Amino acid sequence: MSETARSLLNSAGLLAATLGLASGLIWLERRLLALWQDRYGPNRVGPFGLLQVLADMIKIFFKEDWIPPFADRPVFVMAPAVIIISVLMSFAVVPAAPGIGVVDLNVGLLFFLAMSSMGAYSVVLAGWASNNKYSLLGGLRSAAQMLSYEVFMGLSLMGVVVLAGSFNLREIVLAQRRIWFVVPQFLGFVVFLIAGLAETHRLPFDLPEADSELIAGFHSEYSGMKFGMFFVGEYLGVILISALISVLFLGGWMGPLLPPLAWFLVKTLFFICLFILFRAALPRPRFDQLMGFGWKAMLPLSLLNLMATAAVVLWIGGPR
Amino acid sequence: MNALFYISAAIAVFSTVMVITRTNAVHALLYFIVSLLSVAVIFAVLGAPFVAALEVIVYAGAIMVLFVFVVMLLNVGADSTEQERMLLIPRVWIVPAVLSLVLAAELGYALSRGSPVIHESHRVDPKTVGIALFGPYVLGVELASILLLAGLVGAYHLGRREWRRRERSESRP
Repeated sequence: MSETARSLLNSAGLLAATLGLASGLIWLERRLLALWQDRYGPNRVGPFGLLQVLADMIKIFFKEDWIPPFADRPVFVMAPAVIIISVLMSFAVVPAAPGIGVVDLNVGLLFFLAMSSMGAYSVVLAGWASNNKYSLLGGLRSAAQMLSYEVFMGLSLMGVVVLAGSFNLREIVLAQRRIWFVVPQFLGFVVFLIAGLAETHRLPFDLPEADSELIAGFHSEYSGMKFGMFFVGEYLGVILISALISVLFLGGWMGPLLPPLAWFLVKTLFFICLFILFRAALPRPRFDQLMGFGWKAMLPLSLLNLMATAAVVLWIGGPR
Repeated sequence: MNALFYISAAIAVFSTVMVITRTNAVHALLYFIVSLLSVAVIFAVLGAPFVAALEVIVYAGAIMVLFVFVVMLLNVGADSTEQERMLLIPRVWIVPAVLSLVLAAELGYALSRGSPVIHESHRVDPKTVGIALFGPYVLGVELASILLLAGLVGAYHLGRREWRRRERSESRP
């Protein structure tokens, strides 16, 4: 197979897999939440309610796509596309298995951080362009939240970079041949998990769209497929963070018996379910608690982790 | 490589012109982000992917989000756009246009004397940047960190005073 054909096939496969998984997650999340809350969840349409996704998709495509007259039209239309594009771009650097993955970038980890900071604009601009006070409050909250959680999201990953001696995600996976980084970098793992939750604004950190205070926050004015794109973008973000956790801390595709791709998918799916469990189990903090927790607990922890890791690596002598 | 460079350079110039001619602050900021992204592409094309990534993370990702945050906090409406439009009358364009023309003429002269070759001379990887920063340029790094520390102390001071005053007024019977 020629190089071009291979990369085209990889890109198309990645697109189909991520978008398919993201829409499948709607069903998975509702079923799992129902399971943990002792009820049934969607179980009417098709076997186990699996076709519920299809029904929802048909519904959302045929809804009226309403742009409020007071909104800033170009920005309002552009905002939902930004989150989808930035998350899908990040997937390009994620190595799923040997030979599977779109690009092999030597600054892959930085590319992910850059794209995730671009994704923040989507929510902020949606909140601003809606020209509605609840949306604006949601957008403001999200700008502050994303900015502060990005800081130690990056810092928590630097311990992994120091141990692996590379920003390349493939080399980071290969550096975990002896031991998964979740063991020496447990602190970094916890901080990254929390920062990832905040970046995708999933439930314990969903202050930008806190329904009880802000109606639906930044996407109050959105309807139809534009709302759907925010929804899919959030699920894509969850998949991305889960995939990255398994690549950075759990040895990616490596594992006994099963083929590499299966290991990668199992690990990713485990973290996706963990994210849904967080949503089912945790209450939402107040906004000042969220910011205080970020700057007073997470930032010192990640700095401490980075300095300790660097000191130990220097003591032992160079990255392995 | 050359085509990539010229395309992203053209986008950078166009979006920067749009930044200064927009009357709506958020639209201007959006064009500025596009301009920064195209400069990042130029860095990547010239063989400095690390600097390109930092450009996106630090400038387009962090600093511009702060700008957008402040603009949203002020919530400037239609009247400020109107005010901006009144400021941007043709008369104010004369001096900047002359200055830019001088620069453009210099650039044209430099190009006519021999076109600079754009090629990937050597890749600047993270390690090279780190060695440069903590080797010959360590003084600059230290000065920047002192500046940042001053900013941090200032912000802490401002926040603290507000907090003290509120506490005092609350404790008053």
